[in-house]
Amino acid sequence: MARYFWLIPLVPGASAFVLLLFGRRFSRRWVAWQASAAVFLSFALTVAALAKISAAGGGAAPLSKVLLSWIVSGAFSASVALTFDGLAAVMAAVVTGVGFLIHVYSAAYMAEDRAYSRYFAFLNLFTFFMLVLVLASDIVLMFVGWEGVGLCSYLLIGFWFDRPAAAAAGLKAFLVNRIGDAAFMVGVLFLLANVGSSSFAAINAAPGSGLLGPGPATLAAILLFVGATGKSAQIPLYVWLPDAMEGPTPVSALIHAATMVTAGVYMVCRLNGLFTASPAASSVVAWVGAVTAVYAATMALVQHDLKRVLAYSTISQIGYMFIGCGVGAYAAGMFHLLTHAFFKSLLFLAAGSVIHALGGEQDMRRMGGLRKRLPVTSFVFLIGALAVSGIPFLSGFFSKDAILTGAYAGGRYALYALGLAAAVLTAFYMFRLVYVAFYGAERTSPAPGAQSHEQPRAMTVPLIVLAVLSAVAGLIGLPALFGERANVIGRFLEGSFAAAAPHPAPSTEIALSLAATASALLGLGLAFLLYRRSPGIPARLAGRFPGIHRLLVRKYYVDEAYDAVIVRPLVRGAEAIYERFDLKVVDGALNGSAAAATRAGRGLNALQSGLVRDYALAFLLGAILFLGFLIL
Amino acid sequence: MALVIFAVLSVACVGAVTAMILSQNQARNALFLVLAFSSLGGIFGLLDAPFAAAVQVLVYAGAIMVLFLFAVMMFNLRRPLPPEGKRLRTYLAAALALVLLAELVLAGRRVLAGGAAEAYPSGSAIADLGRLLFTDYLYAFEITSLLIVAALVGALALAGKTGGE
Amino acid sequence: MIAPAAFFVLAVVLFVLGVIAFFVKKDLLTQFMAVEVMLNAGNLALLALAKASGRPDGQALVLFIITVAAAEAVIGLAIIVLIFRQRKSIRTDDLEDLKG
Repeated sequence: MARYFWLIPLVPGASAFVLLLFGRRFSRRWVAWQASAAVFLSFALTVAALAKISAAGGGAAPLSKVLLSWIVSGAFSASVALTFDGLAAVMAAVVTGVGFLIHVYSAAYMAEDRAYSRYFAFLNLFTFFMLVLVLASDIVLMFVGWEGVGLCSYLLIGFWFDRPAAAAAGLKAFLVNRIGDAAFMVGVLFLLANVGSSSFAAINAAPGSGLLGPGPATLAAILLFVGATGKSAQIPLYVWLPDAMEGPTPVSALIHAATMVTAGVYMVCRLNGLFTASPAASSVVAWVGAVTAVYAATMALVQHDLKRVLAYSTISQIGYMFIGCGVGAYAAGMFHLLTHAFFKSLLFLAAGSVIHALGGEQDMRRMGGLRKRLPVTSFVFLIGALAVSGIPFLSGFFSKDAILTGAYAGGRYALYALGLAAAVLTAFYMFRLVYVAFYGAERTSPAPGAQSHEQPRAMTVPLIVLAVLSAVAGLIGLPALFGERANVIGRFLEGSFAAAAPHPAPSTEIALSLAATASALLGLGLAFLLYRRSPGIPARLAGRFPGIHRLLVRKYYVDEAYDAVIVRPLVRGAEAIYERFDLKVVDGALNGSAAAATRAGRGLNALQSGLVRDYALAFLLGAILFLGFLIL
Repeated sequence: MALVIFAVLSVACVGAVTAMILSQNQARNALFLVLAFSSLGGIFGLLDAPFAAAVQVLVYAGAIMVLFLFAVMMFNLRRPLPPEGKRLRTYLAAALALVLLAELVLAGRRVLAGGAAEAYPSGSAIADLGRLLFTDYLYAFEITSLLIVAALVGALALAGKTGGE
Repeated sequence: MIAPAAFFVLAVVLFVLGVIAFFVKKDLLTQFMAVEVMLNAGNLALLALAKASGRPDGQALVLFIITVAAAEAVIGLAIIVLIFRQRKSIRTDDLEDLKG
């Protein structure tokens, strides 16, 4: 079965195609079954292929297949070729596994929606493009997937396009991503021009073989990373992700938490040879990640919208992954990507369950006491919160610890400190959310369509599966402390990464783990103190420091700043061009030529007498001229 | 002998067409053309194309011109059409026709200047033609039959009386 | 033995006569006859050239042209009949619906 690994992206692709064309005629039940079954088939194929390469010794023996030769132009050629190595295996397993659970969940969550088949068609299409991105063996094909997931993201954020906020959010996501993608494309072209080949193997080997000097390597890596900041919502292009929460919640879970937004991390890991060769670019990656991790976490502190808190949390956690990549601990970054996919999609789906049960309410101030009404949802949300906070022995603890250890071992103490600070903030805002929404007194007002009982099984079962994964997935990446062979995922990915991450001494490792645990507990304790024990303090703090509070609530005024510095001048410039150039020059030329054509037409009208003999005469004249031309 | 026949037939042919130009009566015009096409058939015979000659007489002089005659009878125009006022166009057309004549003669000279090749033997012409029609031109031959059916149906659809009229 | 050139000249003369007839005549039916004359002139030229080139292909072509001409005459006459029924006239100059 592993031989057919190239079907992994094609199955959801074919399903999306069928749904787009005929979905409206199928029953809702059939649509949901078909879409979910397609992703499940992909998942089964992924597992089979993963077992195959795992038996053959990790990433050492990747599967690959050239489907067709695509662009052949002079010395350059790009083919549609897929590679299934350790790195792709982990990512593909996340995309198909979590994707399948979210498909199942969506079947119940979207049950009331009019455009059921459109939703599943887009979801399948997204899965297709994401898998193309993941399995591509060259950067050009990856770019195809990269753009494709962007398109699907746009379509799904704006899924309820009759809501102006959703349509605007989709547009914003698309435009902000365009900026990143433009840089990405320049980077791709720069690499093609310098390396002469688009395959990842050639690009990763280029700095070592002297094809790419240190300067060009840094430039290419940074251009590609700008693309990653767009797709993965890092400073400065993160602004679209919080707004993207206008989309359906399962979409937020799949695209804007588990898979697409981590594509930037995946891309950096994929091109680790290039990034490793350029310490400067790696530093940029690590610092952008670290600053984003802290910065986004501070904004999450004061948000009241359930999904927006999770969105800022996602930005912050992706920052973590970039710290890992930037300090050379690529396996740790991928490990965190994996665990994050589990617990963040769990949190989103649980939040969706809450929103669904409350008839669309997203403001945590109007929740409270949900523990009693939604016991399963509350329990799994708690597990997710514990995992993302890095409480020991849940998955988030191990992956976060691996990244922080990597930063510390590499001697990047400042990055380590930022990571630790972000960990405190993460635990704090997550438990603020837990205490406000799930504990305390009920503040819910009976909204229309609200239900008081627990969700249907199609929603709770995926939640439980994800909760189990969030709890135990950390065990595949135990630190070196537990023995060399304990880090299963690290060994599995060894073949994919050129350089191994540095390891600290065991005693240091224990100390680092304790520090991480302490910071997580500190955040948790603060949240308990402020939002459970004495809930008056936050308001008093906000009153004491109104400036800071307002800065956080207004998200550092970044949206306003972008609006003033970039959007407004662009709009004004466009308007000026419209008035001066479009109206006068373009329209003038158009109207002028139209008027000239009309006048010419009036003149030529006289030739059209409508008499057969006149036409025949013209015909004869033409024949004579033609014959004359032939003779002479 | 052949030269005499050729002279007689070509004079008959050109004369008939000229008479058609001068005559105003449609029925007579059609009959002149029957004469012209029949003599043309004879000329085809002189060109060692006996089958084409037979077809010319049967199909053209026979069938097609009879069809024209029927059409003339249907219209039943008792009085001839009055002459037209716009003479300019006719003169222009005549002048252009003369230019065309000159050009065609020039073109023909150039084509025939290559020198006549061996003429094909007279006796085997029809057998050769038949073989050619049923080998190299088989598709064209079959498609022609389709074309005739289409023309038949088309004529019925166009001119046939329909229930509405 | 007559030179093919003689036949060709006859064909050219017939063709030009057809052209003249087309422009002189004022009714659709006779003009259509003029077209038939031109077509026959073309056939004659083809046969003359076939003889000159020594290959029978020209004859096959002439047969096809006659068949097509028969079909064309049928359709053409049908159209003329139709026009006459609608307009009660087959004068060419009465038909100027295409006037711009």
